[in-house]
Amino acid sequence: MRAAVIVFPGSNCDRDMAVALKAAGADVSMVWHKDAALPDNVDLVAVPGGFSFGDYLRCGAIAAQSPICKAVVAHVERGGYALGVCNGFQVLTETGLLPGALMRNANLKFICKTVDLTVETSASAFTEGYNAGDTVGFPIAHHDGNYTVDPETLTKLEAEDRIAFRYTDNPNGSVSNIAGILSENRRVLGLMPHPERAVDAGHGGTDGQALFRGLLGQFAQA
Amino acid sequence: MKARVHVMLKNGVLDPQGEAVRHALGTLGFDGVEGVRQGKVIELDLADGTSEATVNEMCEKLLANTVIESYQVEML
Repeated sequence: MRAAVIVFPGSNCDRDMAVALKAAGADVSMVWHKDAALPDNVDLVAVPGGFSFGDYLRCGAIAAQSPICKAVVAHVERGGYALGVCNGFQVLTETGLLPGALMRNANLKFICKTVDLTVETSASAFTEGYNAGDTVGFPIAHHDGNYTVDPETLTKLEAEDRIAFRYTDNPNGSVSNIAGILSENRRVLGLMPHPERAVDAGHGGTDGQALFRGLLGQFAQA
Repeated sequence: MKARVHVMLKNGVLDPQGEAVRHALGTLGFDGVEGVRQGKVIELDLADGTSEATVNEMCEKLLANTVIESYQVEML
């Protein structure tokens, strides 16, 4: 699988993301936000965590207007896969590739700790390495992870089995305890917790490995 | 010419920052502050002849996230 990790000024989880993808067997390129095109034959675009453009205006808002984001939108519209973690999730909502928005945490605090999540569906390339109902521990590190979406879209997300992960103990006020959601075609996943920070025993947990391995497995079969 | 854009969280969207400000005002002894909503003001220096429609487009595309925010444009 060929993966591209987008690097914005202020990204700080781009290398972690690359390490996690490489460990799972992907061929990874780093792509600067000013590039207008992705490398040829990219299967997966990973939008990493961090504080792109210093979170100016709104988290992810400026990054979503970067030249590379037009190419990312085109990649997804062609049926390509995309993974947005933390700031990457914020960027994907700002581009409109995923519904809803991430607001300031309800308790106004920056929260940095490992939290338990429930895997809500195994029906996606990202979550097929888990069973629905599994509990996994991924670190979170965000100030604006309070997911919000209008009630109609929430009903639709639930009806279409597009909620990928929920917090077992909601840390940030997210509606319906949502930690991560899938796009309509199930090929785009956005989540606030960091699976790439849970892929090595040295991280304190390896629950994120199944996400990357499952993703790689999907392409090995294809 | 200038334009001033006011961006606010939509009604019904919980504003935790406004709520914290309301609480702090109460702590200072200002009774009767029943609600605080916090937003942004963005001032634009524009080339003469820029239309209000263009500023609205700027709001839709970048200045506001219309999923959670509403905006008002004031042409000055």
